[in-house]
Amino acid sequence: MADIEHHKYDVVVIGAGGAGLRAAIESRELGKTTAIISKSLFGKAHTVMAEGGIAASMGNVNSNDNWQVHFRDTMRGGKYLNDYRMAELHAKEAPDRVWELEEWGALFDRTPEGKISQRNFGGHEYPRLAHVGDRTGLELIRTLQQKVVQLQQQDKKLSGDYESRIKVFAECTITDILITGEGENRRVAGAFGYWRESGQFVLFETAAVVIATGGIGKSFKVTSNSWEYTGDGHALAMRAGGSLVNMEFVQFHPTGMVWPLSVKGILVTESVRGDGGILTNSEGRRFMFDYIPPVFEKQYAKTEEEADRWYTDPDNNKRPPELLPRDEVARAINTEVKAGRGSPHGGVFLDVSKRLPAEAIKAKLPSMWHQFKELADVDITLEAMEVGPTCHYVMGGVEVEPDTAAAVGVQGLFSAGEAAGGLHGSNRLGGNSLSDLLVFGRRAGMGAVAYLADLDAAGGRPAVNQADVDAAAAAALAPFGHDGGENPYTIQQDLQQLMNDLVGIIRTADEMQSALERLNALKARAATLSVPGGRAYNPGWHLALDLQNMLVVSECIAKSALAREESRGGHTRDDFPVMEPNWRSIVMICRLDGNDVEVVKQDLPWMRDELVTLFDVSELRKYMTEAEISRIPGKVA
Amino acid sequence: MSGVTTAPLDGGVSGEKRADIKARTFRTDRWWIQPAIVVAALLAFIVYSTWRAFENAYYFSEPLISPFYSPCLATSCVSGSSSWTPFGSWWVLSPALLILIFPLGFRMTCYYYRKTYYRAFWLSPPACAVSEPHKKYTGETRAPLILQNSHRYFFIAGLVFNVILTYDVLIAFRNGEGEWGHMSVGTLILAANATFLWLYSASCHTCRHVMGGRLKNFSKHPVRYKAWTYVSKLNAHHPRFAWISLVGVALTDLYVREVAIGAIPNLYFF
Amino acid sequence: MAHEAKFRVWRGDAGEGALKDYSVDVNEGEVVLDVIQRIQATQASDLAVRWNCKAGKCGSCSAEVNGRPRLMCMTRMNTFADDEVITVTPLRAFPTIRDLVTDVSFNYEKAREVTAFTPPEGLKPGEYRMQQEDVARSQEFRKCIECFLCQNTCHAIRDHEDNMTSFAGPRVLMRVAELEMHPLDVADRKHEAQEVLGLGYCNITKCCTEVCPEHIKITDNALIPLKERVVDVKYDPITWLGRKIRVRSDKD
Repeated sequence: MADIEHHKYDVVVIGAGGAGLRAAIESRELGKTTAIISKSLFGKAHTVMAEGGIAASMGNVNSNDNWQVHFRDTMRGGKYLNDYRMAELHAKEAPDRVWELEEWGALFDRTPEGKISQRNFGGHEYPRLAHVGDRTGLELIRTLQQKVVQLQQQDKKLSGDYESRIKVFAECTITDILITGEGENRRVAGAFGYWRESGQFVLFETAAVVIATGGIGKSFKVTSNSWEYTGDGHALAMRAGGSLVNMEFVQFHPTGMVWPLSVKGILVTESVRGDGGILTNSEGRRFMFDYIPPVFEKQYAKTEEEADRWYTDPDNNKRPPELLPRDEVARAINTEVKAGRGSPHGGVFLDVSKRLPAEAIKAKLPSMWHQFKELADVDITLEAMEVGPTCHYVMGGVEVEPDTAAAVGVQGLFSAGEAAGGLHGSNRLGGNSLSDLLVFGRRAGMGAVAYLADLDAAGGRPAVNQADVDAAAAAALAPFGHDGGENPYTIQQDLQQLMNDLVGIIRTADEMQSALERLNALKARAATLSVPGGRAYNPGWHLALDLQNMLVVSECIAKSALAREESRGGHTRDDFPVMEPNWRSIVMICRLDGNDVEVVKQDLPWMRDELVTLFDVSELRKYMTEAEISRIPGKVA
Repeated sequence: MSGVTTAPLDGGVSGEKRADIKARTFRTDRWWIQPAIVVAALLAFIVYSTWRAFENAYYFSEPLISPFYSPCLATSCVSGSSSWTPFGSWWVLSPALLILIFPLGFRMTCYYYRKTYYRAFWLSPPACAVSEPHKKYTGETRAPLILQNSHRYFFIAGLVFNVILTYDVLIAFRNGEGEWGHMSVGTLILAANATFLWLYSASCHTCRHVMGGRLKNFSKHPVRYKAWTYVSKLNAHHPRFAWISLVGVALTDLYVREVAIGAIPNLYFF
Repeated sequence: MAHEAKFRVWRGDAGEGALKDYSVDVNEGEVVLDVIQRIQATQASDLAVRWNCKAGKCGSCSAEVNGRPRLMCMTRMNTFADDEVITVTPLRAFPTIRDLVTDVSFNYEKAREVTAFTPPEGLKPGEYRMQQEDVARSQEFRKCIECFLCQNTCHAIRDHEDNMTSFAGPRVLMRVAELEMHPLDVADRKHEAQEVLGLGYCNITKCCTEVCPEHIKITDNALIPLKERVVDVKYDPITWLGRKIRVRSDKD
């Protein structure tokens, strides 16, 4: 086709959030020409929404912290379903990634000694989150954005062109990753997409693609995620022959706004609880004390008095149960509301006004104050917020090799950030997302560059197959081919409602069976939808294409969730309410077989000795089988 | 101020690829009220102060001197109002004209006043997102407006005047016969005037810069940081002090004039 | 509590277009962006509008609502009377792409002209020490969500497209101020601010501050301090002399 714009890059990074930018910076610093593809404008990625901070065991506030403790917290939070190697790399490298941001101009809040200040967060044993008020994500994205600009300035000096070695393709969407070869030899050859602005097609000839497209939350009705979170990268990887892991684990953040309806789902940062906010039900009871699971009894306070002492003396008191991992808090809120003890708009109360003076609230939680004032007309320095669970994050994602972030099943494909799976196991700790982006974004960039070196040494890069390009173009134009079909917005709304109702925070086999049937019906409807208008900036068309991704990813979630017959982290089964040690070592892998989504079980690798011995055997017994416990060296029988 | 809303529309938001909207603004609020009030208030002050500067009389009534005429530097100053006359007798115009340039310059180059008169008088812009009537705009990049950068010198001159006016307050603790230890309504008025002028100067953006704003590291200069913090707090009220002190100067002058004419008595507390 | 609202939305591309009327349902607690999305979902699926987070954090949904530059997601419908006609236009200072979507590349191009953060040589990552009071000023400017409402409202470019070559606008100059106040930055951007980025075009009429959805005091805390710093090096013979005889330095 004549109307396709051609580009040639060493590395193409899909996604311009924290992981994508970090990968691109690495690739460009290692000398490769790099394209960054962004669905939105540069600097608008969903990373800006991250509020609390970046988890990194720098030990600036409590010097007892180190990577081993962070590793332990991450594994514990993920209910030991995490890929241990990813958790290890993450805990070890996070501090360097944070310090590096300072070199690029980031301005974190400081300790009195002038170091980066760190705050408490759910599931983290020590104050660990580097932060800037409650807008840490914005600081991260802006710092990386400005680092990209700095690299472009360097390139301008050398070549006269800002974009000679790293270029941002803003408002551009990739619809297909082009592949050559079969089986073991499946290799990335290019990426195909369109400019949102004009509808013009773009072809990138590239041997290495990094998927850093974030999450899937837009498939749920109540979500803190933006429109971009349609699971594009997840679906791209599947269609390219990769696989997804842990897709049944969807994190519902316990505290989203519930009122007014138009903002339902918008996040209320966990820092509100970290800084003293308490959760109460309509009876005024601080109900979280009723929901401390046995595995956490050691770390959490049983009385309000002890919990309150912790804020000023954390070394000698146990933590308040409001700071339990997110899945526990979300389920507790869900139970309270279902039991009829909810707030007027179907949430519970989160109150910081009685705990901190107004000025402190405005200083520590400026954007929360702002958000409630402007969107809900609630002054959080005077009254309680109403909050309830909201779909926030998907633990599942592209299955990758931990060290290189290389996608399993396709050579030349890499993935990092929320789009990749494994690190967080069944549940992610707050603050581990931003550090994930940086640690594995960098590794994906390094992985891609190393892959190119091998490829070049072995004799060259694969070429794009013209037939694939034509097919990709035809598929992208398909929604224009039908007249009188349905509007994509209606199908999207039905999908969101369905996922929320049937594959949401509490799941049962019956409901998920019914969800799968209805997903099939939606797929059929989506195949014949129509979009009026032309190709230039046509959001209806864009949604029609995104919808294909949302549907396939939703099916993955439902099928994985149906197959996992236990409750763990971000996956709660009403019909299998218990966490089963037998399931701990099993992850769900989701692939495409032709057009069908198939889910298979796969064993998790066993932790290396020096890692497994970091834990108390008595704690591991609560999660692991006897056979597994017997593998631990030096364990007390 | 119908003159504002119907100003000739030569400029406007235009550009080949910009949305071809002819309306100067879609604002539905009464955005023209604020510039209208500013024009009225500043014009009133200009008319009053010009008249008073040229009136060349009724600016002194022992022990009160009008701020428009202090310091009075010519031999022609009414007796008792002046102790130093460097301009001697050759200056035959009103002695107010010798000094008013300094407070005038301070206010003309003040960042806050610049905002108000650029908006209200020059309509550049009349209000936010309301297009201005000018075809060309170069801001403060060239003469004469580049001279706005001299604000810091006028700031220093303003400080000198503040000292003089404070001295005027001190000597107003006397009675009509020059005996110390007395205080009148006029003393209070001069004191209030001087206070607001000090607050206006202290809250000035240049003052903020000089006190510590220019530093990169506050932590290495704790005293200047404190000063900067304090000035920053005042700076938030700079517009308020600008107006209060402006009206204050005029009212103080009016009071002295009425006392000097004998229209009202300057009542003594003790 | 639903009522029917009257909307006039600018539709068109590459500059050509017109206001189009829509009648649309509005529910309690909604914002302008909800209504625009309802028009999109029910009446005009190809209505182009940019938005991302819908929580006032990303700065994508900038537009002009009844003539006021605003984030649509932060403009609550209950600030209007039920029978009020609400006019929504794209940002008027930038070229239109389609409907409410404008080409904001000007802002990104100007941002590239600012000398990047320059750390002192030899300072290793992890060794950065800065006091909270030293970073607080720049942190205020880093709250910027790059919605470009300030850029759009600044009359120096809004009313004078020809100035866009010589004037970078408040967002970009605030970035300069941010770096100039960064406690560890060693570069000097004062001449760049005046000569390359056109700080002199700013006549401090404060519309940037008025429209900032993050309530950053752009004029008072960034632009005026930057102007004062420029005066230090360009228009003030005393500080110039002070630097010559080394009683003052810019490094403190």
